[in-house]
Amino acid sequence: MRQEGILRHATNRILGLVPTMLVLITIAFFLIRVAPGGPFDSEKILPPEILANLEMQYHLDEPLLQQYFRYLGQIVTGDFGPSFHYLDQSVNELIARGFPVSATIGGLAMLLAFFAGILIGVIAALRQNSAVDYSVMGVAMLGISVPNFVIAPLLILGLAIYGGWLPAGGWDWSGQRMVLPVVTLALPVIAYIARLTRGSMIEVLHSNYIRTARAKGLPERVVLLRHALKPALLPVISYMGPATAALITGSVVVERIYNIPGLGSFFVQGAMNRDYTLVMGIVVFYGLVIILLNFVVDLLYAWLNPRIRYDEAP
Amino acid sequence: MPLRALIPIALVAGSAVLLAACGERGIDFGSRQGTRAQPVDLVLNEEGRPDPAVLAEEQVVYRGNGDEPSTLDPHRALGVPAAHILRDLFEGLTTEAPDGKVIPGAALRWNISRDARTYTFYLRRDLVWSNGEPLDAQDFVYSLRRAANPETASAGANALLPILNAREVLAGELPVEELGISLLDEYTMQITLTGPTPYFLSLLASPVAFPVNRANVEEFGDRFARPGNLVSNGAFVLADWKPRVSIELRRNPNFREADQVIMDRVVYVHTEELAAEIKQFRLGELDWTHEVPNNQFQWLQKNYPDELQVSPWMGSYFFGYNLTQEPFIDNPALRLALILAIDRDIITEKVTQFGEAPSYSLVPPGIDGYVPFAPHYADWSQEERNHEARRLFEQAGYSEDRPLRVEIRYNTSDNNKKIALAVASMWKQVLGVTSTLVSEEFRVFLQNREQKVITEVFRAGWISDYNDPYSFLEMFRSGHPRNDFGYHNDSFDALLDEVGTERVRARRERLMFEAERVLMADSVIIPVYSYVTKRLVNPHLRGWEPNVMDHHLSRYMFKLKSRPTAAARAAAGAPKIDAETGPAASSPPPAEAPGETAAGTVGEAPAAVDGATGQSDEGQGADATGDTPDGATGVDGATGVDGATGGAGATGGGAGR
Repeated sequence: MRQEGILRHATNRILGLVPTMLVLITIAFFLIRVAPGGPFDSEKILPPEILANLEMQYHLDEPLLQQYFRYLGQIVTGDFGPSFHYLDQSVNELIARGFPVSATIGGLAMLLAFFAGILIGVIAALRQNSAVDYSVMGVAMLGISVPNFVIAPLLILGLAIYGGWLPAGGWDWSGQRMVLPVVTLALPVIAYIARLTRGSMIEVLHSNYIRTARAKGLPERVVLLRHALKPALLPVISYMGPATAALITGSVVVERIYNIPGLGSFFVQGAMNRDYTLVMGIVVFYGLVIILLNFVVDLLYAWLNPRIRYDEAP
Repeated sequence: MPLRALIPIALVAGSAVLLAACGERGIDFGSRQGTRAQPVDLVLNEEGRPDPAVLAEEQVVYRGNGDEPSTLDPHRALGVPAAHILRDLFEGLTTEAPDGKVIPGAALRWNISRDARTYTFYLRRDLVWSNGEPLDAQDFVYSLRRAANPETASAGANALLPILNAREVLAGELPVEELGISLLDEYTMQITLTGPTPYFLSLLASPVAFPVNRANVEEFGDRFARPGNLVSNGAFVLADWKPRVSIELRRNPNFREADQVIMDRVVYVHTEELAAEIKQFRLGELDWTHEVPNNQFQWLQKNYPDELQVSPWMGSYFFGYNLTQEPFIDNPALRLALILAIDRDIITEKVTQFGEAPSYSLVPPGIDGYVPFAPHYADWSQEERNHEARRLFEQAGYSEDRPLRVEIRYNTSDNNKKIALAVASMWKQVLGVTSTLVSEEFRVFLQNREQKVITEVFRAGWISDYNDPYSFLEMFRSGHPRNDFGYHNDSFDALLDEVGTERVRARRERLMFEAERVLMADSVIIPVYSYVTKRLVNPHLRGWEPNVMDHHLSRYMFKLKSRPTAAARAAAGAPKIDAETGPAASSPPPAEAPGETAAGTVGEAPAAVDGATGQSDEGQGADATGDTPDGATGVDGATGVDGATGGAGATGGGAGR
């Protein structure tokens, strides 16, 4: 029964994806074209004949609505089209090249943040209002409020330049080059997860069933890990969906500072170059990743919290 | 939340302490300079070639090259970085010497008809492609037609416009066969032009006129310019392209002068971030940088005097007036007053600080023998200029009671901002003018300029594609699409028309000089300075010469070996700029290397690629502006700290990239 419910829920979500994506594509498509200037603008103005040839090649000479439907037709087949700036490369290739890099760093950062954040949060919750709690949460506050473009250079300064233990930047898929960017990305997420965990953990620890479990004489370890932690993780899980999406799709700031060839810098460069297809491709890709991760979060929710059921008809 | 407010303050204070510490440690760095490996003296053999005994064992050059090219198809590529690589991969009918002069390339010689409209090229007979197939005039005819074919959609094809019927062919009105190019025999071809074009031979040395291998293009389609596919005819062949990292070329054994090429490998490293590029150079990972950040000039001058290379470039930085709107419409006195009230020496010495030459007219010096027009006030002292400016300002009807308010608009960039600020403060000081500074994203800025509605004074600049003053004058012609000034003067237009048909060189130059004089007399622009190229070059790397085009073919380059004593010291752990071990083999420098940044750079954002520099030469590639807009997203601030602290970056980690 429950399996079936989840299956139905999954089908609904996938069907719901279509209108969401359509709205996303429509807004993004027209927004980028509203931005002043076009992909072939420069200080050296192209002769009209040459501009016409370029526009024809990219179908920019067609009416906007026709371009829009052409793009929709293309997207359905999974083809994001050729990039306006990277001339003989398709947007699919560019995403396939940048995403693994961003996803690796972001994924590792999320893993680190998940475990470290929960650990810190649980410790703080257990020592509520103690010196440990305040100092840990104080540091977490720092982690949230200090932007990564401050953290990253400080990490480079301390660990790479003074310490000389780690490279200051660059990318070759080696572990040591990943350490600093992963830590930079993870720090604010660790802080956020720690705060969420602490809050919900305190709440759960005060609930009746925990008191019951303790009264039954269960060992504290079992009470904490099995009975308290699982429900306490719910807010963390719901936060993790969008957070993971944000991390694995690449951070412009971190990619620029550490000189990493990821997806985030493509996105910003694309917007600056008015590379319509590249920007659209990445927007659609981001949209899919976020929807997908939200769906995963829903499934995790059902697993963690028996009160949430998908078999009750909507 | 007072605590929350305190945290950033504490942090800033903390990092300031760290940075200060870094600066202090940097003081003793100057003394390390003597420990860098020094090259041996160059010895030439009887043929004038470098003696093999002085050459380094490994001949490989690592060239920082700015943004990654969008393609290596010579007909479709755009931008300076791509052009550098393409000049190594291909050779046109003409090519360039180390000093930038046009010399015979694939063509052994040529005749120019009396009316200067027909060029007959006689090709070398022993030419082959990198795959060994013969190359003849047919290949050039095919390639030029391909470049002009509307289906190729070449953005660089405007270089072909002097050719007869090129405009019609590009517009699709005539078939490509009608392009003014004809094949006389296997090794002879003729190109007919619409009018005399003295710089036409230099256009033939540009990528859009390079030959492509027909079989190669037809086999691989739009993927022919990728490693493994690309067949070329230049001194080097494409060996590898690591996306977003580097492009590697190897010596082409089939090149017509392969025996003269000393360099075995050329690695073009993509360097988008100037601060990062300097780090790489100092670690010995680069022999040649694409640029250097403005704000580190003094420090570099002190610590890298042998490496820092500054030379004139054919570009001008200026501001333009919108002549179609108040307050500048029909107000030449006011326009001249504002031109006079700027102390250009202060701007170049204190603001840009890069050895740029103060400029009083449009065309920069050093262009193909042309002597630019110099207005009478060029020789005045600044006091005299200010005096005259005040007089003209009053004559225009402005005074303390009726002050002028003016807006200076520029595209977002550190350099533009600094210059605009300096100009505004000079106007304030001398004339009491109140200026508003408006910074805009590049394409928004261009559109506003073009519409000529809201602009008053706007940043402009021009970097020529070819070695001819006409390139600068042309955009002031009535109706020119880049005439964002709204300038219209019949006698100026008439002079340019004459330039277009004049075939006697001296007379042509006289006409251009006269046109420039008319333009300056109308006070259309506010000249500021002439551009320079600035980069760090490994002193071991020789064979190249500074030139106004800033074209440097790797085929002329070679690397000297190090002096033995210095090399021995280098082995003990000095920073590697050592030709023998080569950049790839550089080992981690000692622990004290890190602090080596001048305190003076702290807090200054390094991403100072000048808007004009990049864009003008880049066509659609706004990548160069990439540095600029990022400032808006706050990334710049980050790298500002990075530049200050991490400019050193001399950790072992950078090695082996």
